[in-house]
Amino acid sequence: MTSSQIEIQLIAIITAAACALPGVILVLRRMAMMSDAISHTVLLGIVIGFFLVGDLNSPILIFGAAAIGVLTVSLVALLERTRLVKEDAAIGLVFPALFSIAVILISRYAGDVHLDTDAVLVGELAFAPFDRLIVFGRDIGPRGLYVMLGILLFNTLFITIFYKELKITTFDAGLAAALGFAPTLMHYALMSLVSLTVVGAFDIVGSILVVALIVTPPAAAYLLTDDLGRMFVLSVLIGALSALSGYWLAYGLDASIAGSIATMTGVIFVLVFLFAPDKGLVSSARRRTRQKWEFAQTMLAIHLFNHENTPAASEESRFAHLREHLRWEDAFANQVVKRAENAKLIQRNNGALELTDHGRQHAQITLTN
Amino acid sequence: MNQNPPNTIEVTDLTVAYKDKPVLWDVDLEVPEGILMAIVGPNGAGKTTLIKAILGLIEPAAGQVLIQGAPYKEQRRLVGYVPQRGSVDWDFPTTVIDVVKMGRYGSLGWIRRPGKKEQQKAMEALEKVGMSDFAERQISQLSGGQQQRVFLARALVQEASIYFMDEPFQGVDAVTERAIVTLLQDLRASGKTVVCVHHDLTTVPEYFDWVMLLNVRRIASGPVEEVFTDENLRLAYGGRVGFLRERRAAQ
Repeated sequence: MTSSQIEIQLIAIITAAACALPGVILVLRRMAMMSDAISHTVLLGIVIGFFLVGDLNSPILIFGAAAIGVLTVSLVALLERTRLVKEDAAIGLVFPALFSIAVILISRYAGDVHLDTDAVLVGELAFAPFDRLIVFGRDIGPRGLYVMLGILLFNTLFITIFYKELKITTFDAGLAAALGFAPTLMHYALMSLVSLTVVGAFDIVGSILVVALIVTPPAAAYLLTDDLGRMFVLSVLIGALSALSGYWLAYGLDASIAGSIATMTGVIFVLVFLFAPDKGLVSSARRRTRQKWEFAQTMLAIHLFNHENTPAASEESRFAHLREHLRWEDAFANQVVKRAENAKLIQRNNGALELTDHGRQHAQITLTN
Repeated sequence: MNQNPPNTIEVTDLTVAYKDKPVLWDVDLEVPEGILMAIVGPNGAGKTTLIKAILGLIEPAAGQVLIQGAPYKEQRRLVGYVPQRGSVDWDFPTTVIDVVKMGRYGSLGWIRRPGKKEQQKAMEALEKVGMSDFAERQISQLSGGQQQRVFLARALVQEASIYFMDEPFQGVDAVTERAIVTLLQDLRASGKTVVCVHHDLTTVPEYFDWVMLLNVRRIASGPVEEVFTDENLRLAYGGRVGFLRERRAAQ
């Protein structure tokens, strides 16, 4: 691996980690799409900042962009409060408006600078190593690496320090407000955090990938754990894994790195969605099937139990009878009887089905519960 | 109760409006210390709004709220709050004990994390509501009645002297309902004041000693035997007097 390959992978991993952290809270607050809006409108902040200072590397741009991010959130809230527009529609109204202003400004006044709409959408991770950070005449590495490292550190600190406050304002905003934890303040603090992360990240990976990195890893982590702390850790790991595997996918296909990383977040999500041990599609389907058979066996045991030692016992315990009384298809009844035999709940005696001791106990326990 | 004990909650001329549509009109409420009070009224009467306005969760258009003589903001620590069970996302990734500890966040203040003391208080509260076996359980696995008990435990660890509860009996089974009633009576016995938004008119005389009838305006408020009358109920519930007939039949 060349040193720029290593640098690109490092930047990708750190960016993914930085995005996943605020993403967890956005996903839990059902505000994932707000990150989509912010990731577009911050462009307006960057453009305005650029016009003010005339330097694309100035930190002023980051603050301008973060301010526009917060403005986006406020405008959405304002529109929603009129009760004439629902939240999702409000997002859909605000962000194209601000984004299109930015696009017009770029195309009209900034056509000759390095600020074009393509770069905004998909970023230019591959070029990140060319933009060096020079301190006292020494090259200490790519600038993007330091920007994202700073943002990652900031996000980690914020979430660690305000962990309890984020948790209660997300879970129960009413109680949080009653206890004096200012949910609105936390909301805007979080939104500033998201804006800041998006600005830093989108310079490197573009606005579409930013959304993929913010939303997808936490959505996958949510399916893997029931613990908030673990959800943060897993989100970061899934983000990092997507970044690494995405980089090598891009290398193999000779395709866009940003696109490949976004694809890998999707691939990992689908895998988790299908195979997550508890909440995944496959395991829930398995559980449902198992429950169906277990229920049928229990039903059979209870049926036999209820008719045990009654005059109708021999009649009711005929296999052929199951179809009539329990309305089971032959094939299904066959399966249930076989499974119940294997589970030692019943045994056959001259063609009649009878309960074993274990089966009788099982029926009794079920009935008394 | 005739010696006019001091009012622990004092609401005067409280008006709340959404846009220009009033939800509460000029409501006065005095709650003496150490009583169990039900707030009843038809749907849309503003019961939840009243509680939220008292707790400063909704900005009133006019009026004043005093908790033991001072505005709520200065008295947060005296007040415990049990929101409606349905107001939170029970799929949130956390455990029962963790939710109960949230009741301690107020006295912890900003940034400080819950520690051993909070853990212990939370366990004690869970014990009181009969949920100590569920401490490490995921909240998504709880039944409705269990969720309500967890919310009550969370309120208990607040160690407040006044409790506001929004429909604590909503959708719980009979066993839980009994358990909650016992808990409320224990709270009263230890000198606490409890104000509940309540839906089931038939249980008001049995569970509560004071009642407020609300329908945007205050219809009446006072000891159950004085104000829980057919006349007042008709005023609060308008034409829906089916309940009154049942009540008369029962008598």
